[in-house]
Amino acid sequence: MIKIEHLSKNFDYFEAVKDISFSVSPGEVLGFLGPNGAGKSTTMKMICGFLTPSKGAISVFEHDVVKDPLAAKQLIGYLPEGAPAYADMTTLQYLRFIGEIRGFKSVELQQRIDKVVEDLALHSVITRRIENLSKGFKRRVGIAQAILHDPKVLILDEPTDGLDPNQKHQVRNLIRNLSKDKIVIISTHILEEVSAVCNRAIIIAKGELVADGKPAELEARSRYHHAVTLQVDTANNVLDDLTALDAVAEVEVSPESTKRFTLIPKSGAEVFSGVNKLIQDKGWVVEQLFVERGRLDDVFRNVTMKESQAEEVA
Amino acid sequence: MGKVGIIFRRELGSYFATPLAYIFIVIFLLLTSVFTFYIGGFYERRQADLLPFFDFHPWLYLFLIPAIAMRLWAEERKSGTLELLLTLPITLRDAVLAKFLAAWAFTGIALALTFPIWITVNVLGNPDNGVIIASYLGSWLMAGAFLSIGSCMSALTSNQVIAFILTVVVCFIFVVAGSALVLDFFQSWAPTMLLDTVASLSFLTHFTAISKGVLDLRDLLYFLIMIGAWLFATAVIIDMKKAD
Repeated sequence: MIKIEHLSKNFDYFEAVKDISFSVSPGEVLGFLGPNGAGKSTTMKMICGFLTPSKGAISVFEHDVVKDPLAAKQLIGYLPEGAPAYADMTTLQYLRFIGEIRGFKSVELQQRIDKVVEDLALHSVITRRIENLSKGFKRRVGIAQAILHDPKVLILDEPTDGLDPNQKHQVRNLIRNLSKDKIVIISTHILEEVSAVCNRAIIIAKGELVADGKPAELEARSRYHHAVTLQVDTANNVLDDLTALDAVAEVEVSPESTKRFTLIPKSGAEVFSGVNKLIQDKGWVVEQLFVERGRLDDVFRNVTMKESQAEEVA
Repeated sequence: MGKVGIIFRRELGSYFATPLAYIFIVIFLLLTSVFTFYIGGFYERRQADLLPFFDFHPWLYLFLIPAIAMRLWAEERKSGTLELLLTLPITLRDAVLAKFLAAWAFTGIALALTFPIWITVNVLGNPDNGVIIASYLGSWLMAGAFLSIGSCMSALTSNQVIAFILTVVVCFIFVVAGSALVLDFFQSWAPTMLLDTVASLSFLTHFTAISKGVLDLRDLLYFLIMIGAWLFATAVIIDMKKAD
């Protein structure tokens, strides 16, 4: 369990994190979302014990990060932003160094290294120097380093940044397959990643926590939640007919095609059956028809922009 | 101490993983030879001692040691590994100590590789080997003091060039603190006590004392306290400037 209470961090004239509180339980994969500079990395650096909070407290499985940093750090595996590593070492030397610092010796150390080399497919670069590795491999070496001691808490700052789609898929699988009693915190600005691996998402903007919930719950906050998108191969008055439907608040015409419409429901209302009936009554030829779950990017923009607009007014 | 040992080995290994170590050692050996034989007049003096060798060490160190020390923390900060290192389950004290000890051991290796000159003087005459051993010890302690200053300056910045220049300047002040140049400046107005304090902070004074073969506890303590104080300052600065 990670408990964060009234956490704040000030840099000279700048409040990077403002009074954030939340807790994470084992089994949760928490996606940390926010625009660049929102305070995601700063918060993660404080949880990992790199930065000292200006106010508030963080505890990791009952160990206070400020008062008992070594015990907390022992439980955490951390991939800092940009996956820094000692460039002059080979992958093997580097993993061995991290393993030794984590307190592993001889056979167990070797087994753990073998395991992460296997998990992250690092065989081909094991004797290469880290400075000569591609960005993708560097990132994977960084993740290997973080999971080497099978930590109870895994904190990854932008783990898939710079990876190609296959590697992203691989890393997401790896995160999903980590045992279910772990706490995983991932920061990202790739929203599809949250839907793909996280079972909880927190959005921060300007240092403040603006949303917290399951990805599906956040999607439900979108105006596109239960919206119906359809593409019709008929020219006559489709827009008027759709707008006339009771449950419809607004009809958006797709910028790509004038025959593609998205019906946004009035809050709580259900549009699908109405549309379905209309299609049958009018005998439209429908090429595409689906109900949307909600759009996370829409929610993201909404909650993060609202913040900055409020700031500007103030 | 286990963790200090692990970081120590990584650090020392990283000197030899790049050409840095070899270049440094070659230049150090070349310069000590040039200074000893050409400028120091090793043969011309016709004396079986290594004074011309050790006399130049403070001046050699003034430029060579900052070159080693500048990367200590500046590089970690620049490459982001500082964050990695300090989120591992180690204390800041261990990290500062281990990195310093590795650099100090490295200068020890370079210093030990000057042994042919010690053999030479033994072949040519009958030197007082006790004095020579004391001088080696003094030289190594002084190198440690230079390094600890360099460690502190390196912690201040992520720019190695700035770290180098700052270290040279601060070390220069400590080297010349006991010389007429500095003391004359104080003599006209400062009380004797201040004058003595300034003079007593000089690397040169303490090193000369040791290299005469007089192993005074105070001279040894002076260097050890210097090292301790600058390393403490290193830790404080890193802790304060972590976010930069």
